Amino acid sequence: MTATREAPAGPRPRGRGPGTAVRGRLQQLLAFGSLIVCSAFFSVASPFFFTYGNFTAILFSTVVIGTLAIGTTFVIIAGGIDLSTGTGMALCAVMSGVFLVDLGLPLVLGVPAAILFGGLIGLVNGCNVAVLGIPPFIATLAMMLVAEGLALVLSDSAPIYFTEVEGYVDISTGNLVAGVNFPNAVLILLAVALLAGFLLNKTVLGRYTYSIGSNEEATALSGIDVRKWKIAIYAFAGLFIGLAGVMISARLGSAQPATGLGYELQAIAAVVIGGTSLSGGRGSIVGTLIGALIISVLNNGLQIMSIPQEWQNVILGCVILVAVYTDILRKKRS
Amino acid sequence: MRNRGIGAALVAATAAVSLAACGPDGGAGGDQPYIAIVSKGFQHQFWQAVKQGAEQEAQRRGARVTFVGPATEQEVEEQLNMLTNELAKQPDALGFAALDSRAAAPLLQQAKASDIPVIAFDSGVDSDVPVTTVATDNKAAAAEAAQHMAGLLGGQGEVAMVVHDQTSRSGVDRRDGFTEWMAENAPGITVLPPQYGGGDQLESANITKSILSANPDLAGIYASNEGSAIGVIKGAKESGRDDVTIVGFDSGKAQIDAIRGGRMAGAVTQNPVGMGERLVDSALKAIEGQDLPKTIDTGFFWYDQSNIDDPEIKEVLYQ
Repeated sequence: MTATREAPAGPRPRGRGPGTAVRGRLQQLLAFGSLIVCSAFFSVASPFFFTYGNFTAILFSTVVIGTLAIGTTFVIIAGGIDLSTGTGMALCAVMSGVFLVDLGLPLVLGVPAAILFGGLIGLVNGCNVAVLGIPPFIATLAMMLVAEGLALVLSDSAPIYFTEVEGYVDISTGNLVAGVNFPNAVLILLAVALLAGFLLNKTVLGRYTYSIGSNEEATALSGIDVRKWKIAIYAFAGLFIGLAGVMISARLGSAQPATGLGYELQAIAAVVIGGTSLSGGRGSIVGTLIGALIISVLNNGLQIMSIPQEWQNVILGCVILVAVYTDILRKKRS
Repeated sequence: MRNRGIGAALVAATAAVSLAACGPDGGAGGDQPYIAIVSKGFQHQFWQAVKQGAEQEAQRRGARVTFVGPATEQEVEEQLNMLTNELAKQPDALGFAALDSRAAAPLLQQAKASDIPVIAFDSGVDSDVPVTTVATDNKAAAAEAAQHMAGLLGGQGEVAMVVHDQTSRSGVDRRDGFTEWMAENAPGITVLPPQYGGGDQLESANITKSILSANPDLAGIYASNEGSAIGVIKGAKESGRDDVTIVGFDSGKAQIDAIRGGRMAGAVTQNPVGMGERLVDSALKAIEGQDLPKTIDTGFFWYDQSNIDDPEIKEVLYQ
């Protein structure tokens, strides 16, 4: 877990004054509290919930959404939105197949290449937003469609199997410590979350991300090249699209060109439940991770309780409303 | 501290829904055998019919079933999560319709290790874990549709295809079964390249209209599933082309009405209710340790105006 601080925002940050950091942390505590309450409820409701096997299953099912959500956190804090993460992930999974299966590159080249391809998707998004001035919603919506189509074209609309690629599935399903059932995918998620948290809180990239999202004009007036940094933020977030493409295809043992649409909204939901503001300037990686976990716990727990499936999304929708509403209440009071 | 509300609200929401849901409790206990079913989809009427068949059979035989499936038939990862969660409930048997059978292999091994018999349904699984596969032969069913189409057109003319997708087993089989039969048996028929509408009614309708404007001489259109078929019917109607011979797949109220009203020549139906019944029947036999055949064919039927009211057909159609 990373220690989170509200970074010094631009010249006119929102809610500056004593207690800002405390309040930011309060939102995370709230989200964390909800996570604990949900878990406690399901533990009482079903004897199958509170077991080590189920605990790892929940963490494991969080990996792909969590990875996308971390990248999306940066974009949303900077005042943007990214709708291309789901189908972009499918495209990167296919590219991983192209690099490793069709071209036969070794893992150490193919996997980074697939991740960088995600960065390329983000770079194009960033240029469309920052250079051409296309609103993020539209620019990334267009990219969503482009990526969806390209994934089908490049794969001939069929899954690409990694059966012959030695060690690929171990990226996700292998165990670092032999005999201990703890999937590598979860360790990777935690590692990139730590890295992302560090970059967001301790580096200039993070500082400018908050600053642009808080007040873009003021940021530009204070001499920061907003255009360049916006491109950098989208490109950086794109790396997580690439990583998610690797993680999902390693888990499935195949690149599924049509599996991805819808993930972008789940990622955005995780970010929002975690207390990141859609209007930009506020948010945290820890919050996002907790948000992703809340979604996983609800999905898992409701299913384990054998709640009819029709109701599960109803509950998830209500949770998003409650989470955002408490955030609004909090803001009103501050 | 207004914020304390969130936890309380969550609990309240979950509790309220649990109470409202009246679902079977997800706990162990109960002396009835428990069969967990993980399907490819959930919202499609076809899957609801499978679910209905499974529940009927379970009620008859004194068993308990739960039925889950991802929102769309593309969500391979979501299906794996569901499979993981069902296995956590330690069912006595598992019914599984794989979206991608290789992806599910490790989980099926886990089921085997826990002595949970697995019954594959709707499509086969590339693995030796399932004790049997309860399914329709989609290729043969599509060939049946092709044969009727060729007969209706007198072996001459251009035929278009609107297929639900190009990635799933059923999409591929229903496409290839149709084109292969035509290539082998109907030299006078030209099959246009397949168009894909994702099984979405609106998208399939729009595709149909484009096909009709681009090919004014078109004689027939084949649709590979319920959503595609409804779209084709709508598209042909909006284009004012009731001279085109439409052949569909599966059933559902819209297709049945179109066949009765003459907008559609006929369709091939599977037997989804029967599939659900055979699935539960096989699961119960597997729990008792009986040997099962490698595959159980649940069959398919051609239906049109002439036989739509036959009891044999009525039984397999879902509205």
